Amino acid sequence: MRRSALAAVAAIGAATLLMAGCSKADDSKSDNGGTKAAGANAATKDVVNASTHKGGTVTYELSDVPDSFDPGNTYYAYMYNFSRLYARPLMTFEPGPGSKGNTLVPDLAASKGVSSDGGKTWTYKLRSGLKYQDGTAITSKDVKYAVERSNFARDVLSLGPNYFQQFLVGGKDYKGPYKDKSAEGLKSIATPDDTTIVFHLNTAFQEFDYLVAAPQTAPVPQAKDTGVDYVKNIVSSGSYQFSSYEDGKSATLVRNKNWDPKTDPLRKQYPDKIVVNLKVNADTIDKDVLAGNAIDMGGTGVQAATQAQLLTSADKKAGTDNTFGGRLVYMAINTKVAPFTNVQCRKAVEYAIDKVSVQTAEGGPIRGEIATTVLPPDITGYVKDDQYASTGNKGDVAKAKAALQACGKTTISTNLSARSDRPQEISAATAIINSLKAVGINASLKQYPSGKYFTDYAGVPKFTEQQNIGLIMMQWGADWPSGYGFEQQILNGAAIGASGNTNLSQYDNKTVNNLLSKAIGTEDVTTRNSMYAQVDKQTMSDAVLVPLTYFKVLLARPANYSNLVSTAAFSGQYDYLNIGTTK
Amino acid sequence: MILLLVVSAVTFGIFFLLPRLAGQTADQLAQQYIGKSPSAADIAAVKHNLGLDQPLYLQYWHFIKGIVAGATYNLGPTTVHCNAPCFGYSFKDHVEVWPQLTSRLPVTVSLAAGAAVLWLVSGVTVGVISALKPRSFFDRAFMGVALAGVSLPMFFTGNLAILLFTYQWPIFGRTYVPFTENPAQWANTLFPAWCSLALLYSAIYARLTRSGMLETMNEDFIRTARAKGLRERNVVVKHGLRAALTPIITVFGMDLGLLLGGALITESVFSLHGIGQYAVQSIESNDLPPILGVTLLAAFFVVIANLLVDLLYAAADPRVRLS
Repeated sequence: MRRSALAAVAAIGAATLLMAGCSKADDSKSDNGGTKAAGANAATKDVVNASTHKGGTVTYELSDVPDSFDPGNTYYAYMYNFSRLYARPLMTFEPGPGSKGNTLVPDLAASKGVSSDGGKTWTYKLRSGLKYQDGTAITSKDVKYAVERSNFARDVLSLGPNYFQQFLVGGKDYKGPYKDKSAEGLKSIATPDDTTIVFHLNTAFQEFDYLVAAPQTAPVPQAKDTGVDYVKNIVSSGSYQFSSYEDGKSATLVRNKNWDPKTDPLRKQYPDKIVVNLKVNADTIDKDVLAGNAIDMGGTGVQAATQAQLLTSADKKAGTDNTFGGRLVYMAINTKVAPFTNVQCRKAVEYAIDKVSVQTAEGGPIRGEIATTVLPPDITGYVKDDQYASTGNKGDVAKAKAALQACGKTTISTNLSARSDRPQEISAATAIINSLKAVGINASLKQYPSGKYFTDYAGVPKFTEQQNIGLIMMQWGADWPSGYGFEQQILNGAAIGASGNTNLSQYDNKTVNNLLSKAIGTEDVTTRNSMYAQVDKQTMSDAVLVPLTYFKVLLARPANYSNLVSTAAFSGQYDYLNIGTTK
Repeated sequence: MILLLVVSAVTFGIFFLLPRLAGQTADQLAQQYIGKSPSAADIAAVKHNLGLDQPLYLQYWHFIKGIVAGATYNLGPTTVHCNAPCFGYSFKDHVEVWPQLTSRLPVTVSLAAGAAVLWLVSGVTVGVISALKPRSFFDRAFMGVALAGVSLPMFFTGNLAILLFTYQWPIFGRTYVPFTENPAQWANTLFPAWCSLALLYSAIYARLTRSGMLETMNEDFIRTARAKGLRERNVVVKHGLRAALTPIITVFGMDLGLLLGGALITESVFSLHGIGQYAVQSIESNDLPPILGVTLLAAFFVVIANLLVDLLYAAADPRVRLS
């Protein structure tokens, strides 16, 4: 699961709640940016403040620090988004509103990948005239090297995902470029000439274009690679290059003079300078964004106190975007823990839960829409469906009791696990426990720290079985916005692991497993997507998880910045490629 | 000598206790620094790179050796030499800890020094005046304010100061400017942070000074001084305050030492990239070497501050001087 940043300074947040009332005086000057706000959710429908104005400085602020600026050593969605300014992957996503942003377009490659061998071989042709910031030519060998260092030297660069290691032929045995000094490197990536790169996979994989959209395919010149230290001297292939980098504090990027707009239909190079400030107080970020002078880089949305201010004023609300975050908040039902081995008992849970109370506990409709499917609406393959519909989504006690009876039970006693350091998850779990009590299911809350949730507790099947944990709170976002990217890790029986497991329901249904492996080998997109919808439907009729909410964030739109568009490809964040400033 | 022993004991303690307290095995520790679904080989490799596969006494030895003699790290294609004093190599950000600490130290020193001057001057002045006119309106009012100052938490006063003085009335700057670059800007950006910190501390000092002064002003030697016909100002400052200063110096030494080791909440609230913020960041990401580094540095400052306090005692109070 690609990680999204979570602001954790709860104490500070709580204190500012008290002070929310103090800044009323700001109301009168909300329009001093000169441009009238484009309206609520405008950036989820179109590009807001479209402008080709050049110059100025665009500032990004982050309350945290990223795992790394090195494109081969990061896993955060916002770094996938931001790194494209200085590291061009083979493919990327078109800057577009909402799910339109999920459209794949060639970046370093001249066109989409050409597959042969039924989807087991993928060939990309690079654009011509590509150069690094120092003027040297970018070749396909640099792309190959970038994939090798990011996926196979995991003792050095360990923070990114390792899909290439899993899917490339011989990936399990290759030791990475730092240990394997042979000239040819990994044999399953071939570079017949300087502009061609061929990937040989061990299985048919029709969504390979999504995989090469990861920053791991952005070229890295081997001669300049210093392993973990590369982050201090990243060689840019994009429209901007680093002029300063201070670990954990800040970074400054300036125009890359050797970047040629003729080789790049996507980037426009509007601002003169891009500044990234790290470890900025979350409330300060909100203030700066509202003053029109910063972007919340993590894309986690405004703090609770700011949210309250923004939503009570129509004027201010017009400057916000309430977007889907590509994530599902759900509760897994453990199919290996009695009595949930019986589908009727699982259905009782599905019917019993008052999803409105859960939504309220999570922070209301602003923080999530009520969910009835596995796939969120901003993921390719989503089809509207509601198999356990109830009036007003408030749960159906009668149907739940009937299902319980069909399961041969009148009461159930079980445990519900949640992450102790996530207050919203705890309150959602509490709401669920109350719903379940009404139909005779008694669940007690078990709390575990999120750092070890998957490695030691909820993600260890044996532990959940021993501890009678039948219900498990969970959130999931995909590494790439397709049905496969979303469903594979949480529904495929083959994904069940002894530890670090994410298929928390321990769901192992042959139909679903087959559908998933068939889908990924299917070339036709429509057929593929219909298979994902089928998996979704089957999962719901087997009642192995209860979708609670489709996660949403409330972003404030900085008034002075141009070309703002919230894209589903990066968890609802603004697309960072072409943000400029009008000041 | 004692100093070295204390510092070494602190290091030793945290080095052995930190991972144990977190209840982690070396495998679990290494696993945190790897991304998605690591294989057993990945974990073993990272464990080896970080030196976590060695016995604890060896790890400790390498750590101490690094501080005194420097260390060499072999991560990936290049070999990195970390000069003494080498406080290790961050597991998470892959940077040397010592340069991180030194680059952040000026911020923390600026914050602590500015605030210390403010709270000492205001706290002691208020305390003396209150003690000279006990139970007066002035005394009551200031002690009331002092009580409020001690009670208000930093994340309240700090955020309030930011809200009022940088957004509502943008008098003060927001991004830290080094003293060497522009002293006026430096003071300007730090002033809200200084005031917030000083409010917190000066309250304690005002109360300490007041009680100390009340006590000394009733002592015999004050009566003698007055009887000698000394001017009241001399009696108060030279004789009264000087004797009352002893406990204040003690507390001040401790406070300043602690602050130099990092004002965690203040630096987080004011987005200052100081030692305290570094500590928070490292703790959040479970990054052991920086946590060790910060703790050691903090311990060092506390010990040094205590040493200075001992020396200052003699200067302030003739009674403790060795003849």
